[in-house]
This record gives sequence, structure tokens and C-alpha cells, in this order.
Amino acid sequence: MSQTDVYTLAGAALFVISLYGLITRPHLIHKILALNIMSGGVFLVFVGIARRVMTPDPDPLPHAMVLTGIVVTVSSTAYALALAKRIYSETGAAVLDAPDVFERPEAGGD
Amino acid sequence: MASAVPESPRGVRLAAGALCAGFGVLLVRAVLAIPEDHSGLAPVVAERLVDSGVKHPVTAVLLNFRSYDTLLEIAVLVLATIGVLSVAGSHPRVWAPVAEEADPVLSALARLLAPFMVLASGYLLWAGEHAPGGAFQAGAVLGAAGVLLALAGYARPAWVTKFGLRVVISVGFIVFLAIAVGVMFLGGVLLEYPRDYAKALVLIVETWLTVSIGAILVSLFIASASPIEELRARTGSGR
Repeated sequence: MSQTDVYTLAGAALFVISLYGLITRPHLIHKILALNIMSGGVFLVFVGIARRVMTPDPDPLPHAMVLTGIVVTVSSTAYALALAKRIYSETGAAVLDAPDVFERPEAGGD
Repeated sequence: MASAVPESPRGVRLAAGALCAGFGVLLVRAVLAIPEDHSGLAPVVAERLVDSGVKHPVTAVLLNFRSYDTLLEIAVLVLATIGVLSVAGSHPRVWAPVAEEADPVLSALARLLAPFMVLASGYLLWAGEHAPGGAFQAGAVLGAAGVLLALAGYARPAWVTKFGLRVVISVGFIVFLAIAVGVMFLGGVLLEYPRDYAKALVLIVETWLTVSIGAILVSLFIASASPIEELRARTGSGR
């Protein structure tokens, strides 16, 4: 158990906790938050792995991947928030299984 | 109107908990299975750093060795912006002041800070060559300056037209793609920068990326910042 293991294991734990939240929380804002924490967990794993090298400086490749990942997370979060807001504006509820999201009365949720 | 926060049924929660616990065990085993003494690709990057045109290894990976990732990354940002602008209704008030009656202290502060933020953005862009920094950090500071101005009640300047804003949003990706394809005419493959021009090409790409990312972040924020009633009025939805 080295120091970097603490980071990588914490990252894995964050990923699993937010995966549970993503599945069980129907509210869209909760799902978007869960996705963000999930990305945070992945980044933490990468930052931990970057420190495992024998050289004095950390491995630049995982760092570059985290930077790319942050930008993709920002993009997906912005688009997801815009979609969630539109869904709320159309249906009055920020959940996916609201009965009239697609204006089909028979497609009722529980 | 749903007021209470909805909860999943107990069965779903139990099944999800079991699934996530099992997945967690697999993840922990995978993470611990990575050999302790591996050196990664750091030596390879250090060895080839001289070919990249820049002196900072992370910038070299982002803008040269793995620039394919970065090209797709800015494409994702542009696509997300197109999506947000589309979902926000047919006439999104792109870059109207977000706050109609802004706090006078905030307005004065934003006016003082904005030029320094632009300066800091330029510094970060230049510093990326040999230190932590680069186009995305510089673009984030530029975008923050724009968001601050919008929150402080400053409207879009008249010379920034909607068409102009769309051009600025996509110019980073277009320049990057043009250079990526352009080097193929010099005898290389896609994104293979000739060693003598690598520094100039990386800097050109980074400069235009910074401008685009700044405009993208401001647009993402402002397009989704309007009140829900306005969104309903624009899209003719709701009741």
C-alpha cells in the first residue's frame, strides 16, 4: 500500500459511489452531479497513476488525459444542464420518466 | 409540478447497491494490479520532447504527441455549444446581460478585473510552452472574464454579431483541423508536424483555441442562464 494507492483507491470509491447515485436518483440534477463526481473519481485515479513513475517528475501522459477529460466533462455537463432545463420547462418535472415528455399519454411512468 | 425529490423503489436501490459493490471490488483489484515500479511513458516523452517544439511535457503531449485527442476535444466543446444553443430555444438571447440590475460594486470590480484577466489569459497561453498552462487554462480565464462581465450587467458589445460569435466559437476547431490536414501536403501524415515548424504551428493552434474556448464558455453560460419563464416563452412550451 503506497501513497499513490490512497489516491487511486479513493478515485475508485468515488466512481462506485456516484455510479450508485446515478442509477438510483431519478432527479436529473442529481444524475448530472453524479456524473461529475464520477469523472472526478476517474481523474483521481489518473493523477495517482501519474505519480507511480520512477522519474522525479510525474508521467505527463495521464496529466494530459485528465486535462482532456475535464474539458469533455465541462461540455457534457453544460449540454446535460441545458437538456434538463428544457425538460423541466416542457414537463414541469426534472425527471426522465415524466408521463408527457414525449406527449404520449400511454407511456406513463410509475 | 413535482415538489418532493423522487426516490427509486427499494428493489432498484438494493440491486444497484449490489451491482456497484461488485463493480467496486473489480475496480479496486484492477487499480492494485498496476505494477508498482512501472515508468509509464514518461521516459519516451522526455526523449522525444525536443521534437515537439515546446519544452513542457504536458503541452507536448496535448498539442503534438496526442494532438488527435485535443482535436476531438475541441470538436466535443463546439458540438456541446451547438447543442446548448439549439436546446435554449430559437432566439437565445446570447450575451444579453444576465443580471438586469447589477450591483454597482460588482460592476466596478468587473470593469477593473476584466483587463487583468485578459492579460492573465495571454500569460497562461505563453507559459504553456515551458510551464503548466496552455490553451485550455487560458481559455478558461478568458471565459471567466466574460461570465463576470455578463453577471455584472454588461451587455454584448454591438460589434459582436450573432454570426460573428458563431465564427469565433468554431474558429479554433477550424484552424486546428486546417493545420492537421495541411501538414499532410508537406509529406507527413495527419497531425504530424514537421520538426522545424512544430513550435510555430503549436502556438498558432493554441492561440486560436484560446479565443474559441473563451467564447464557448461564455456562450454556454449565458445561453442557459435565462429564467425558466423566458425559456418557456421562447420555445412555446409548458403551461
